[in-house]
Amino acid sequence: MTTVEIIMLFGMFAVTFSIRYILLAAADRFQMPELMERALYYVPPAVLTAILVPAVLLPQGVWELTLSNAYIFGALAAVAGGVILRKHTLMASIVSGLAVFFIWRFLFS
Amino acid sequence: MENREFSKIREFTSGARGALPLLLGTAPFGLIYGALAVGAGLSNAAAVAMSLFVFAGSAQFIAVGLVGAGAPVAIIVLTTLVVNLRHMLYSATLLPYLKKLAQPWRIALAFWLTDEAFAVCISRYRQQDDSPYKHWYQLGASLAMYVNWQIWCILGLVMGSRIPDAGAWGLDFALPVTFIGMTIPFVKNSATVVCVLTAAVVALLTGGIPFKLGLIIAALAGVAAGLLVERSVKIRTVLKEEQL
Repeated sequence: MTTVEIIMLFGMFAVTFSIRYILLAAADRFQMPELMERALYYVPPAVLTAILVPAVLLPQGVWELTLSNAYIFGALAAVAGGVILRKHTLMASIVSGLAVFFIWRFLFS
Repeated sequence: MENREFSKIREFTSGARGALPLLLGTAPFGLIYGALAVGAGLSNAAAVAMSLFVFAGSAQFIAVGLVGAGAPVAIIVLTTLVVNLRHMLYSATLLPYLKKLAQPWRIALAFWLTDEAFAVCISRYRQQDDSPYKHWYQLGASLAMYVNWQIWCILGLVMGSRIPDAGAWGLDFALPVTFIGMTIPFVKNSATVVCVLTAAVVALLTGGIPFKLGLIIAALAGVAAGLLVERSVKIRTVLKEEQL
């Protein structure tokens, strides 16, 4: 490992851990306003969606709305699988999404 | 006392079990990360150390890309900071549930905080039962994610030099499907539907902004939209009640 790598790793560790910890560290010292508490209810769906939608629709940074786009149909299958099998949403989405994605790729590319 | 110990272990194991689908969903990323690290010229030790000490999938990917492009260390660290900013939203959301824990617990759970662990564990915290050991659930899920990530990263490093162009296999599609599966349980009412749709549209509109900053903007827009709908639904219910 080079010195530059060590500096980089330390820097990455320091910023990542600080972001994750800073609010928790001071948690008992401030009272959260009620509006913020309500707002936090929407954080999980909002952040997860903001990550996944561009990954599906703009995987290479450009729009490609075609019938042969495996990303779109794989994602639709993942939504369908997850909604239908609500008891095992996570597994159903992963399996149905990946299955349709690879079938689509095999058929259209 | 024995009973209590038992439920700690039970929370821990059900956390690890809750993370099982995520282990599958993140495995391809560990593999690709390892393979990319080799290609980018990062030493094996540094690639492993990054997984061990930084433990942040998307930031690791971007860092490896920047190393390959010869970017200076300061840019890599700054990019890591911005890409991981969303974790602050996560820790804010977990705050009400973790604020009574001792600092070592908070440090550990913060270090192991990821998108996936957050999504699974916040649902456990929000369940109505009054188990005092829900943080053990998070510990179980976090450790499972951590160990799994190390294994696949090392496999990626080992295999990376032998498999040509692993990045083009489409394994990256494991991320969106995993995230779809994680999102669906949160979409329960009109407010969350509007929240998700808003976040989606804004994420697409802001996709061109560097450092994935669009992600933060989109997330905040989604949160605001959800709150607005929640308020208006509440106002409508109040008005209806008054009419009756």
